[in-house]
Amino acid sequence: MIKCIFRLAIVLLSGLFVQTGYGQSGNAVDIIGGTYIPLYGRDSSQVTVSDFAMDVYPVTHGEFLEFVIKYKKWQRSEVIELFADGNYLLDWKGDTILGDKISENAPVTNISWFSAKEYCSCQGKRLPTIDEWEYVAMASETKLDARQESTFNQYILDWYERPKQKNQEVGSTFKNYWGLYDIHGLVWEWTYDFNSVLISGESRKDVDNDSDLFCGSAAVGASDLMNYAAFMRYAIRGSVKANYAMRNLGFRCVKD
Amino acid sequence: MKKLLLSIATLVLFACSTSELGDSAIDSEKGISSPEEISELSIYNLPSTWTSQDNDQIVLKELNGKVLVMVMIYTSCKAACPRLVADMRRIKDQIPPELLSDIQMILVSIDPETDTPERLKSFAIENHMNEEPWLFLRGSMESVRDFANVLAVKYKKISPLDFSHSNIISVFNEKGELAHQQEGLGVDNKETIAKIIELATTLQ
Repeated sequence: MIKCIFRLAIVLLSGLFVQTGYGQSGNAVDIIGGTYIPLYGRDSSQVTVSDFAMDVYPVTHGEFLEFVIKYKKWQRSEVIELFADGNYLLDWKGDTILGDKISENAPVTNISWFSAKEYCSCQGKRLPTIDEWEYVAMASETKLDARQESTFNQYILDWYERPKQKNQEVGSTFKNYWGLYDIHGLVWEWTYDFNSVLISGESRKDVDNDSDLFCGSAAVGASDLMNYAAFMRYAIRGSVKANYAMRNLGFRCVKD
Repeated sequence: MKKLLLSIATLVLFACSTSELGDSAIDSEKGISSPEEISELSIYNLPSTWTSQDNDQIVLKELNGKVLVMVMIYTSCKAACPRLVADMRRIKDQIPPELLSDIQMILVSIDPETDTPERLKSFAIENHMNEEPWLFLRGSMESVRDFANVLAVKYKKISPLDFSHSNIISVFNEKGELAHQQEGLGVDNKETIAKIIELATTLQ
């Protein structure tokens, strides 16, 4: 508590009277909840997502820089390995200096789940759940659910094959049905419950196909294998750990 | 203006208080803990508070100095968890009794909503685990998610009463650093037991 008050004092003293938090804290759009069938569900069961507000853009290097300046324990030399591995903010020049080739408006990557979660939490926000993220990711420029459109899927898959999109600035891809930019086309994004993905037949040996071996057997399976793009996202989520800081994995925050 | 200040204040306080990765254990600048004692990879960096089956409040760091054997389960589970619990009991039975005082066998619930301390207590009694070295822990939804992520344990709520989850038993050394993980059900416990004995022997 003392710490909080101390922080509060710093916030007030540092002249941030007209701004709450970082650049885009006000820059979110309302997402109207709904029901859909995600790629992985229980026997093609439906998932219902409640209303929430989502950041229009992924968090940028510039915004993350403000965050680590304020919360020193998330600086590269201060962060502990339990929460972020050796690739954390790899391309930065120093604790509070971006690398030469990094635009401050490019999406921040090489950040861990723990650091992303803390960033959102410090703004009174949170990371989206997989169900929330996949819900908005169904949208093309004009349609809420464009998963059946071959051009939409082709666009996403083409991006997955193109390297180095992460150096582009946020807002450089299309604006979707909800008004969100860069859901597809720039970076992959962390989700709060990424570690809820158990893919049958995955290489990790504790994940066994025998349904008897799991509490709540038959929990997972591809309900729409045609959706190869989503399959790749789930595969990534199933294989990363929370302290991994990956080159093409960024994040954005949501709020209830 | 005053209103704005107030809203900033609320926001900042909110941000601080909701953060499970708070400042206590990992804030070196304040010197609340001695960082030289805890390595970067120690689970004692997690500041969350847990509740035991006896309703005691526990911070993980209080377990410092013991070898920890941990598994994540939920008590209403009918399939894998009983087998994981059986694995834990088999492991414990093969440890020389004189070493047990340096070992804590811990079952962490992934279903804190259902697994109240009372429920954990009756589960402990039913399974003859209501005594040392057994310890049941219940956290918040968020601290459980954090903890699972540290262990690379995956879980998902798939119905009001059921979860799917990975079957991993983890061994931590006396500093809270992950020393060994056993994955799968009914697998050979030999390596796990050898590791526990090796770690606990150094503490004698």
